[in-house]
Amino acid sequence: MLSLQYTKYQYKVLVAKLGIDGHDRGAKVIARALKDAGFEVIYTGIRQTPEQIVSAALQEDVDVIGVSILSGAHVHHMNKLMEELKNAGAEDIPVVVGGTIPIIDVDELKKIGVKEVFLPGESLNRIVDIVRRLAEEKRKAEK
Amino acid sequence: MGNLYDKKSLNEIKNSLEKWEKETLQNWIKQVPEREKEFTNLSNIPIKILYTPADLEDFDYNSKLGFPGSYPFTRGIHATMYRARLWTMRMFSGFGGPEETNKRLKFLIEHGETGLSLAFDYPTLIGIDPDDPMAEGEVGIVGVSVPTIEDMRVVFDGINMGEVTTNMTINPPAPVLLSFYVGVAEMQGVPYDKIGGTTQNDPLKEFIAQKSYVFPPEPAVRVSMDLIEWSVKNLPKWNPISVSGYHIREAGSTAVQELAFTIADGIEYVRQLISRGLDVDEFAHRISFFWDSHINFFEEIAKFRAARRMWAKIMKEWFHAKKERSMWMRFHTQTAGVSLTAQQPWNNIIRTTIEAMAAVLGGTQSLHTNSFDEPFRVPSEFAAKIALRTQQIIAYESGIADTIDPLAGSYYVEWLTDEIEEKAWNYIDRIEKLGGMLEAVKKGFPQRELTDASYNYQKQVEEKKKYIVGVNIFEDNQVDEIRNVPLLEFDQAEIERRQKNRISKIRSERNKELWERSLNELRKAAEKDVNLMPYILQAAKAKATLGEIISTLKEVFGSYVEPPIY
Repeated sequence: MLSLQYTKYQYKVLVAKLGIDGHDRGAKVIARALKDAGFEVIYTGIRQTPEQIVSAALQEDVDVIGVSILSGAHVHHMNKLMEELKNAGAEDIPVVVGGTIPIIDVDELKKIGVKEVFLPGESLNRIVDIVRRLAEEKRKAEK
Repeated sequence: MGNLYDKKSLNEIKNSLEKWEKETLQNWIKQVPEREKEFTNLSNIPIKILYTPADLEDFDYNSKLGFPGSYPFTRGIHATMYRARLWTMRMFSGFGGPEETNKRLKFLIEHGETGLSLAFDYPTLIGIDPDDPMAEGEVGIVGVSVPTIEDMRVVFDGINMGEVTTNMTINPPAPVLLSFYVGVAEMQGVPYDKIGGTTQNDPLKEFIAQKSYVFPPEPAVRVSMDLIEWSVKNLPKWNPISVSGYHIREAGSTAVQELAFTIADGIEYVRQLISRGLDVDEFAHRISFFWDSHINFFEEIAKFRAARRMWAKIMKEWFHAKKERSMWMRFHTQTAGVSLTAQQPWNNIIRTTIEAMAAVLGGTQSLHTNSFDEPFRVPSEFAAKIALRTQQIIAYESGIADTIDPLAGSYYVEWLTDEIEEKAWNYIDRIEKLGGMLEAVKKGFPQRELTDASYNYQKQVEEKKKYIVGVNIFEDNQVDEIRNVPLLEFDQAEIERRQKNRISKIRSERNKELWERSLNELRKAAEKDVNLMPYILQAAKAKATLGEIISTLKEVFGSYVEPPIY
């Protein structure tokens, strides 16, 4: 039977490890959870630069960029990434970040345009829901 | 023979157990049902309501346990254990530049720490200098920046390297950091036979878990084995390797996988060293291990006990070691970083206490206790002091350390020790069939096992099959409690500037000719089949930087890029 179903992969997400820390447990768990929830997931692997992430996001035409940082250098790296995204004219791609991020840094990250900051202990369901909402919003804005 | 129970007594116990189950337990369960459908530990082993001698049928005391300081060392590697000498209280420390870390080390020594352990920053861990573009924003955050011999000199300023032992958590660049350490000890006038400590230097688990790899697997193993071979011949008190389960566990493995993969790594290294023509008794006593102590108390204790028994058997029966010391599994333990929560952070002190108790009851040789503020940042002085005091309370107040292996003979602990051991052997068999751990890593076997295990665990948390207080049970959203944790503050940008200035000063002042020659000789040595340690030591003394030495090796060995498996 033919029906107007969504394709299996409704939205596309880039899961990226920004900076040089090797803690990839979180990124991989999130990548798997998103995949199980029906997203198409591109996982970059570790030690990515802002340039590499933006270029992968554009090339793959993703709906959301999800960044994982557990080095404590999140403010520095996210500043660079958001700048790079702007330079590439791709500010419309929503960016979220998670990792060992102290709550006191959340405001600063949101100020530079990060849509959501996931702190330690965040539930997978909530992450998936927020990523889906951001992807939907981006698609709507494109119409 | 040392069977614990004769057939007749065992049958009587089994009969009365059956009677109890039918007549007493069933009635109770009807009236007061159990809290969970199934109780499992972190390795997903189902746990029964009660353990009795019936679970230890054919349990032979002498072959399973024996006595402390004798084969199979289940009860401990020393005959006196903590009655003679407590474990070494070794706090993993480092942040900022060498000056900040020197101050922290002195603070901990002043408060009764008995061994040192250096945490390096990410640029140091992956062998790049502070002025490398990739290092920007990362210098000094998760550990201390030590890119030259001069930085190491400052770390140990005023600390007698002949009197302390130092662990260095460093892997691909281990020969470089060891060279800095040896070079500075020489400056302090400490002879080689008085230099004591550990280089982690465990390349395989980098590909499995820690991910601070630099070179591809084969050259990575070669560099590591060069360090071990050089060290056993030159530094009699140095532990040239710490075969590490810690990172495997933190990356999401179960206790059984941690045990199995780490021992399989150890087996691979022993084979590598024997194939170089070394006699097993020449080096085996210098191999040390490193375990995680997670929150499921008895599971961890059982794991430590099983680990000792398995390694002793492997060294004796597989590798035909003659000396008892070659069969000892000496190990360091760290409480589980991943068990700590950002929510209700003060609860982490209690988690760490439980985990530290398991490590002591498991017979560890040294211990690091995490600070309660580590879900946020590198620990403050205050938090690190509480973590150290936790060990001191266990050691001096609790009485836990006053008799050896006090949980031996517990029906549950002995059953669980056997169970974990058996499951670990099954994994080791599978890895042997793949051709040993180097081959298994190249095929991605342990990597995939970990990815599955960590995802399964996260789903269990999500479905409340595993509880974390403050995260999925008893949540209270007290954000102020989190905001008010006094975190360590330091000016990272300033430290990065200082480290960049120091390295450029060293580059401009060193003897160019000596420096250039040392790196050329290192490159040539890397192309040949010779031990690299003397060349790396020579380069370190000629003020070659960490980044320069590692890039020279990368030119020959190449760099590893991981296939993105999730």
